[in-house]
Order: sequence, then C-alpha cells, then structure tokens
Amino acid sequence: MSPPKETVVAALIVLGALFVFLGSVGLARLPDFLTRLHGPTKATTIGVGAILLASAIFFSGSESTAVSLHELAILLFLFITAPITAHLLAKAALHRQVRRDDLTDGGTPTADDADAAERQVAQPSSPRGPDGGRERANDEAGQQDR
Amino acid sequence: MLNAALEIAFVLIAAAQALNLYRLLRGPDLCDRILALDTLGISAIALLVLFGIRSASTAYFEAALLLALLGFVGTVALCKFLLRGDIIE
Repeated sequence: MSPPKETVVAALIVLGALFVFLGSVGLARLPDFLTRLHGPTKATTIGVGAILLASAIFFSGSESTAVSLHELAILLFLFITAPITAHLLAKAALHRQVRRDDLTDGGTPTADDADAAERQVAQPSSPRGPDGGRERANDEAGQQDR
Repeated sequence: MLNAALEIAFVLIAAAQALNLYRLLRGPDLCDRILALDTLGISAIALLVLFGIRSASTAYFEAALLLALLGFVGTVALCKFLLRGDIIE
C-alpha cells in the first residue's frame, strides 16, 4: 500500500474512533435525556462514517476490487437511519414525560416515579420538578386573570 | 503507522463501549437504555470494520450490515412499544 493512502486511512481511523469515544462520553455524562440524545446521534454517527470511509479507501484499488462499495452501503444506511432513530426516541421520551406529569400530579412520589424523585433530590429548591412546576404556575396565572 | 492507528482506535472504541454499558445499566429512564443499546450496536459496527481492516478480509461487511439493520429495526420496535404499548397494531 502506498504511503499517502496509508496516511489517509490511519488519520480517518483515529479521527473516527475519537468521534465515537466523544459521543459515548456525551451519552454518559450529559445531565438530561434530551441533551444526552445529541452525543450518539451526531458524534457517533460521524465517527462510524469516518471509519467506514477509511475501510472503503483501504479495500479500494486492489487487484480484485477497483472500488469497494460495501462500506458505502452501510454508511448510507447508517446516515439515513440515525435521524429516524433520534426522532422516535425523542418522541417516546416526550410521551413518557407528559404521562408521568399527568399521573403524579406533582404530589408525593410513587414507586413508579422513582427517577423523578431522584431529580427532585438533585434540585431541592423546586419541589415539583423542573417542568411540572412551571406549567402549573402558568395555569394558576391564567385562572387568576379570568 | 496503520497498526498504531488501529491500536489507538480499538482502545478508544472499547472505552466508548464501556461508557455505553454504564449508561445502559444505570440509565434512569427506559429511553436512556434504548439509546445506549443503539449506540452499543453502532460502535460494534465500528469494531467489526476495524477488525476487517486489521485482518485484511472482506468477510466482515455482511456482519456489519446485518448488525446495522437489526439495530435499527430493534430500536424502532422498542420506541413504538413505548409510544403505543404495542408494536404491530
């Protein structure tokens, strides 16, 4: 393999692995689910894309295959499906959040509400949680206006 | 140089898998666990492709493509289940 080609392949591999690692750091360390969604859906996808591109360059130009297209198929599939996955996950998360607010009514936490109670421990200043309290405050203001 | 790059990439992706596993086991909500599982699958694709480069064999592409397909279908099915309480209506 010629030296410039090897350099390009090695650089793409290291860059891709770095992006995959940073995406997972985002998944593990960010505070909220909707922020956590950003790491894997963008950084990890571009990292895997770089590694697949490196593989395509590595296997192209040999005596059997002029251009290696397997990796490009995987790349295209991943780039198409990543936004769909992210969209569905965000929708499911919003759905669960809304249902939990309706069920608990901001009162005493039940066994079903264990993670919401965890969040309340993290923020003791707002006893109703970050979103429920604000919505309820808006409702009360609207009723006073009427 | 290619071997050194491969070693670095293997270590980084193994660390990424460990972080995904941490989020999969801990993750406060079900959505976190689904996301962690999806990311675990995607980094497994990266590992397979890197292994294919190291052994200079083209036999791993089919496995990577299958993993991508099944990971996507599985994630969509789990999200549908969370949204509707049912997968096939």
